[in-house]
Amino acid sequence: MLEFIIRRCLQAVLVLFVMTLLVFFGVNVIGNPVYIFASSECTQACLNAISADLGLDQPIWEQYRRFLVGLVQGDLGRSFTYGIPAMTLIWERFPATLELALAALIIALGVGLPLGVFAGLRPRSLFSKAIMGFSMLSFSVPVFWIGLIMILVFSVNLGWLPAIGRAQPVNLLGLPVTFLTLDGLRHLAMPAFTLSLVMLAIVIRLTRAGMSEVLHADYIKFARANGIRESRVIGVHVMKNIMIPIVTVLGMEFGGVIAFAVVTESIFSWPGVGKMLIDAIAVLDRPLIVAYLVFVVVMFVALNLLVDIVYSLLDPRIRVGGGAR
Amino acid sequence: MKRIGLAAIVAASVLTAPAFAQDVLTIGVRSEAVSMDPHWTQLSADLQVQEHIFEKLVNLDTSSQTEPGLAVSWEAIDDETWEFRLRQGVTWHDGTPFTADDVIYTFDRLRGGISGAPASPAFQLDKGSKTWEMVDDHTLLVRTEGPYPNVPEDLAMLPIMARHAAEGREFSVDFNSGLAAIGTGPFMFEEFSPGNRVSLTANPNWWGGDPGWDRVVFRPVSQDSARLAALLNGDVDIIDYPPTVDLPRIESDANFTLSTTPSDRLIYMMPAYRHVEEFVRDNDGNVMTPNPLRDWRVRKALSLSIDRDAIRDRIMGGAAEPTRNIVPPGFFGHVDALEADAYDPDQARELLELAGYADGFQMTVHGPNDRYINDARILEAIAQMWSRIGIQTEVDTMPRNIFFSDLIRGGADTFPGFDSPKFSMSLTGWGTVAGDATYTVSGVLESYNAATGGGNGNFGRYANPAVDALSIRAKQTIDRDARLALLTEATTIGMDDYAFIPLHFQVNVWAMRSGLEHEARTNERTLAWEITRTDD
Repeated sequence: MLEFIIRRCLQAVLVLFVMTLLVFFGVNVIGNPVYIFASSECTQACLNAISADLGLDQPIWEQYRRFLVGLVQGDLGRSFTYGIPAMTLIWERFPATLELALAALIIALGVGLPLGVFAGLRPRSLFSKAIMGFSMLSFSVPVFWIGLIMILVFSVNLGWLPAIGRAQPVNLLGLPVTFLTLDGLRHLAMPAFTLSLVMLAIVIRLTRAGMSEVLHADYIKFARANGIRESRVIGVHVMKNIMIPIVTVLGMEFGGVIAFAVVTESIFSWPGVGKMLIDAIAVLDRPLIVAYLVFVVVMFVALNLLVDIVYSLLDPRIRVGGGAR
Repeated sequence: MKRIGLAAIVAASVLTAPAFAQDVLTIGVRSEAVSMDPHWTQLSADLQVQEHIFEKLVNLDTSSQTEPGLAVSWEAIDDETWEFRLRQGVTWHDGTPFTADDVIYTFDRLRGGISGAPASPAFQLDKGSKTWEMVDDHTLLVRTEGPYPNVPEDLAMLPIMARHAAEGREFSVDFNSGLAAIGTGPFMFEEFSPGNRVSLTANPNWWGGDPGWDRVVFRPVSQDSARLAALLNGDVDIIDYPPTVDLPRIESDANFTLSTTPSDRLIYMMPAYRHVEEFVRDNDGNVMTPNPLRDWRVRKALSLSIDRDAIRDRIMGGAAEPTRNIVPPGFFGHVDALEADAYDPDQARELLELAGYADGFQMTVHGPNDRYINDARILEAIAQMWSRIGIQTEVDTMPRNIFFSDLIRGGADTFPGFDSPKFSMSLTGWGTVAGDATYTVSGVLESYNAATGGGNGNFGRYANPAVDALSIRAKQTIDRDARLALLTEATTIGMDDYAFIPLHFQVNVWAMRSGLEHEARTNERTLAWEITRTDD
């Protein structure tokens, strides 16, 4: 296992290096941030002074070298917009995004698994067809539209839920969270549900597909013939086997949800990292864009690792690392 | 609890003014503030929050004209010296008295440079090569190199900091935490939660009296429709930039009101004047020599063929004021005699024929698609109007981060330190920040001159010696009447020459629940003490 983790980390460093190269040169091709930030009354001398102060007057290779030196020392640079270290900004906002993404994951699993199991057990029932129709819709209707419709219905017309923002966080083990208060849950409900839709649809479809396949497997027939209770057959023997593809897909999906919760966060003015990224791109805040993407790569690598470990717990036949023991 | 109470009222869809006394004002804003350090940026979103906390020597009224702030009066005692008398009895939020030493500290801090700040207002001090000197605790001298009339306007851009609170603090970080965010303004810093809210409480000791609200909360909502929804369901009391398509609907709803005023932001089409322009070609696709945009008759024809009223009514939801001026009414230097061109495509065709372009030509116009209100849609409409008089016009819009770099320095022959614009005809805007046309004339009509800062915004590279002479003299004329005459003449010459093709001033719009009254500001800021309750 240890060897596996070390190999993974080395891979990550390589991926990170290639990625920084692409991103760094990519964001340097488009536009010049000085023209976005500086006042229109700033003269040429003033613009040149700002360029020099930000290090933008240096050749691109020199800028990249400075960036790498900083990266090795754990310094990802200061945001042009905010003037504070980019990583501080990301850590400041990440809990909000993580909370949103976890809430979405819980909704996806909590609602998706039972619905998928039902649809798998009774494929011909009308309710199952409704479930499958719903999952199809969740895939195909744009998130943006769903978010706006929900705001229109639940905030403007019914007045049940607030349309914007996040509640005042409370401290839980050093993390600012909002799901512990009623106000927090009311703010969380719509964005979390909107964000969960795609994952929800995936869970429903994978569960149903897995159910219909596994139900006809021999070991299920034997289990039933042995007189094991139906709830145990479904809950343990079936579920354990169909969870593997679900964990795989959700693991990958979840990273994407965290990294690109941009649309949902924008619609609901959720103060997370996704919205920050969009704002950073709009004003060409290069250090912040690069720092965020570095952060995302690290997160994806970590998530993949986690998924592999969960595998081995779900199915002891799978051994990560492959070494003899 | 208050919000739940409000929500219940909305649920019953009888949204009337709440019966309980409300002393908290919640403002939904399009752009979020990024820093509480008032010397960090020049962004409107930041300044409007900071202006609640920090004040300047000179304030701007709702029409951006100067009025006393921390200075009660000022005058030019000779051609190169300005004397500012400071307000007595003002205290910082922590109780320390405010003196001229704080102003000196502020100016020194700016002059010293705010490391890493891409948009610090320090350049306002460099204009006119200002130096400063403290006479006594409440008198200050500002000296300039040569006569320089805009000292008060420049100082209206510089928020004053307390020496004892700001010295030695880390910029941005210590301000965002509130440690150094100590000003003299009507509201005091309470909490800054990036991306979520900024809250302020009333300053009971403000020299200006009761600011009207106990507490003010700014909430950023960047999506237009979500911001409107937040107003509709009572999450916020007032919003800036309501979506223009919804303006008629809000206006007809008794539960909500609008406040409007023409903005200082002029939207215009800027032609480029090089001998050969890449994006202007004849009907066979060959570049034209000379570039037909150099002929004023062509520029006038382009202007006459734009139906500005249609753009105002059908694209801008009424929130535009067609114009041929460069600063809005009420500003120093507005020329009453200049009226927006009436739509006249027939005369436009005649002018084209006179200029020798009876068969028209081809042109690609450029513009941003996320900077000005409805920018891309305006550009598309104009392209259609121009195509109708025989100039086959294609539209190329892009995000502002690409657009402005190319506009300013995208030309192929660019080398470091010298800007070469890229586009041949582009939609852009220019805001006149301090209510005085001196900088507008200098910025957009004067020839480009990297050394003097003339023609800062003149990316079409229009050059007219008559305008230059007037503009340079205006920048050195302290007497207001004489300066006004120079500005009027320069503007009239430039606009009669169609140096660029003005479209309209944007109209700033706020939407609020009924029971509130708001004095709309030309400079787009939303200031809590200009919003009053009428329902108690």
